[in-house]
Amino acid sequence: MRRIPLPVLAAAALVLVTLALALVFFVVPNDADQGFSQRIFYFHVSIAFTAYLCFGAGAWKALRHLWKRDPRADLESYVAVHQGVIFGVLVLLTGSIWAKISWGHWWVWSENQLVLFLVLFLFYAAYFMLRFSVDPGPQRANISAVYALFGVVLVPVSFLAIRLSQSLIHPQVFTRHGPNFGGWILAAYIVSQVAVLVLAYTLYRVELAGKLLDLRLRELRLA
Amino acid sequence: MTTAETYVTAAYCVVFGIVLLYVVIIALKVQRLERDVDALAGSAAGKAAGEEKRDG
Repeated sequence: MRRIPLPVLAAAALVLVTLALALVFFVVPNDADQGFSQRIFYFHVSIAFTAYLCFGAGAWKALRHLWKRDPRADLESYVAVHQGVIFGVLVLLTGSIWAKISWGHWWVWSENQLVLFLVLFLFYAAYFMLRFSVDPGPQRANISAVYALFGVVLVPVSFLAIRLSQSLIHPQVFTRHGPNFGGWILAAYIVSQVAVLVLAYTLYRVELAGKLLDLRLRELRLA
Repeated sequence: MTTAETYVTAAYCVVFGIVLLYVVIIALKVQRLERDVDALAGSAAGKAAGEEKRDG
């Protein structure tokens, strides 16, 4: 399969992020319940889904590595998990800011959704400690792949936490009947989601290209 | 600016600040890789020149 060239991806990310910001700040009306502060939602939720997707991609590549013993898959899994952790930091920070405006607190420990996302984030943050505590080679790749696969179990738990929780503090925006919003709000959300996904994929490709180049250079030095 | 506007601006600035920081880190790594490539090319050129001198 032919890959989209990186400059095209980067340009698409720039255009989409600009369009998303224009929609969020100049087109979408103020939310009836939360007012202006609801505008954090567009990027916060998009980033959260992207983080879940990155962890999922990391697990898929890990499975591919264990299955086919493809060394490139290990590197791809590592980069996907790295992206997931970066987007995880963004979810926690934007969520905290939104919590401060809406609930008056930076963090609410009684909220399952928040705590489970924190657990998911810390689990994947520990992935790097594990990975770099083992010498480079097949053993490191195998241990990392097993860990990345285990972690993905936490993704549906974290996603379903709002539905499992008895508390209704955290808003439930996606139900079995579809999203709880429509019109410009839905359009802005879709554009923001696509923009964040394209941005994440661009960053993934840039980081992966750097890692592959580094690997080839090391091989050349040894040759 | 209202309190809500300040917080929303802060949230978006945090997002772009972290993405920018990530891009800067990647750019620094690419610079290091460029230096490594230059060093490797230099040593390969030196090696080739040495072999040429030895052969003839």
